[in-house]
Amino acid sequence: MGEDGESPKINHSFLRDYVTEADVISTVEFNQTGDLLATGDKGGRVVIFQRETESKGECEELGESGEYNVYSTFQSHEPDFDYLKSLEIEEKINKIRWLPQQNAAHFLLSTNDKRPEGYNLKDEEGRIKDVSTVTSLRVPVLKPADLMVEVRPRRIFSNGHTYHVNSISVNSDGETYLSADDLRINMWHLDITDRSFNIVDIKPANMEDLTEVITAAEFHPQHCHLFVYSSSKGTLRLCDMRDSALCDRHSKIFEEPEDPGNRSFFSEIISSVSDVKFSHSGRYLLTRDYLTVKVWDLHMDKGPVETYQVHEYLRSRLCSLYENDCIFDKFECVWNSNDSVIMTGAYNSFFRMFDRETGRGVTLEAWRENSKPRAVLRTRRVYTGGRRRRGDVGVDSLDFTKKILHMAWHPAENIIAIAATNNLYIFQDRVKPENQ
Amino acid sequence: MDVTAEAKQILVQALGKMYSSRSQRGGLRLHRSLLLTLVMKSARDIYHSVRLAKEMEPQSSQQVNPTEEEAQDRSGLPLPEVSTEGGTRDCYLLCPGKENISSDRVSRKRRSATTTHPDFLPCKKAKLEFTEVSRVLQRSSTNCGREMDSLCLVQVPRTMVSY
Repeated sequence: MGEDGESPKINHSFLRDYVTEADVISTVEFNQTGDLLATGDKGGRVVIFQRETESKGECEELGESGEYNVYSTFQSHEPDFDYLKSLEIEEKINKIRWLPQQNAAHFLLSTNDKRPEGYNLKDEEGRIKDVSTVTSLRVPVLKPADLMVEVRPRRIFSNGHTYHVNSISVNSDGETYLSADDLRINMWHLDITDRSFNIVDIKPANMEDLTEVITAAEFHPQHCHLFVYSSSKGTLRLCDMRDSALCDRHSKIFEEPEDPGNRSFFSEIISSVSDVKFSHSGRYLLTRDYLTVKVWDLHMDKGPVETYQVHEYLRSRLCSLYENDCIFDKFECVWNSNDSVIMTGAYNSFFRMFDRETGRGVTLEAWRENSKPRAVLRTRRVYTGGRRRRGDVGVDSLDFTKKILHMAWHPAENIIAIAATNNLYIFQDRVKPENQ
Repeated sequence: MDVTAEAKQILVQALGKMYSSRSQRGGLRLHRSLLLTLVMKSARDIYHSVRLAKEMEPQSSQQVNPTEEEAQDRSGLPLPEVSTEGGTRDCYLLCPGKENISSDRVSRKRRSATTTHPDFLPCKKAKLEFTEVSRVLQRSSTNCGREMDSLCLVQVPRTMVSY
């Protein structure tokens, strides 16, 4: 990622065409304090950024917060082969989740399609980097040899999944975690790698009767016995592990009746939930389907309490999005630290933020050609009729290859990490000195 | 005719996507295959209902209501067989069958051998070679006692033996 300052002569589209598939970021996750930011890519690598702490809290002119620099890089998963089924197993990292820090070492889980793995990261020597030389935006570069981070031999949680793993979620008890594939959810103990406990199994006796698959799963942030999983049919199921050992029967099911007026060939595809996240409070659920993000109240299962249109202008273009496969894209969604703002990605390097209090949404862009370092992000607009403003982008001009699928929000501050293909953007709230 | 043309196009594209995803790294994605199958069903049902509505305008006849999972009387649109890989066990058949489902076989649920079939053993049904289909179908318990037309490259017996 070590790119130098831009010259206007560089043809970025040329560079874009040559992005290695392996460098495409496939997951982004802050740890519990927000000091560490992990990214996983399609090549099976994990890159961890650490926030510099020296300038944090200091009142500089612009009140800058610490920047994120590369802390460690390691190869988490390698390409593998299932000999029994004659299938390649991709090394792409689907999800990374951090464990709460218990000692000086950090521990994270990363998973590909088949196998979650746990990694211990320990500083060999705590050298403080000198950040006084920072004068401009830097895409983080790896500085050789100063700081040694030892990545301990990993824990491999193998043979738990027949189908493709889409989610992992650490339990609030700090001892267990779940991993979910298309049809099953397993629960593991972090210290036991040779067996897991199956808690959900929706595989039908006859695969011809298959009507839905599991698309995402997450533990409740406070209640260690509760978890939720979403399905390709757009339903959410809340399960209570105290109820029974096998949680095939949900405690609560959340679904919204389909609007018959919106029925089309693609209704099933666009209603599939691609991501589900508990709010920090544990009271709400956030889901993302192809065109909307929805907030659900755990106390109300009849339908979402809030629905936000991410890119409703695409509804009339579903046919061409189906043709170019974009309709199958799986976008993530995130809450901010106090659950007042939700964020999700879109196309054309756009991402959307919705303020839950006002109900208003804003479109922002993660594209370096259009923004200078330390500049304030300008809001963007997709032109869908009415008065056209300067800078509006027409729907037909949207670049559907530039999709923002993965993102993370700092657990305490307004710092967001946005993955755009092989680039990672970190945006921070500009803190005014007088507010400190 | 617009709707039917669109339905056909969607069907054709879905089949193309299913076939091309077989050669994808990581194997066939169950979720994607399922969505494609649902789209195909949707398109096929809409296509047939529009055509039936047109044909049956002068006469009154019972319209076939497609159920979600079962193949009903199909005419017109031939569909080659589709299989899913990547962990699924059975061939998912979308074939035009000339026979109706008889009332005493309303529930097509079969006690599949997959319940006793451990996951970690190789499933030969996952192989997508049309020449092997007949062998696979005879071995597995299946409820698909449908005729396939010549577009499906294999002739299979009309009635399949369940376990």
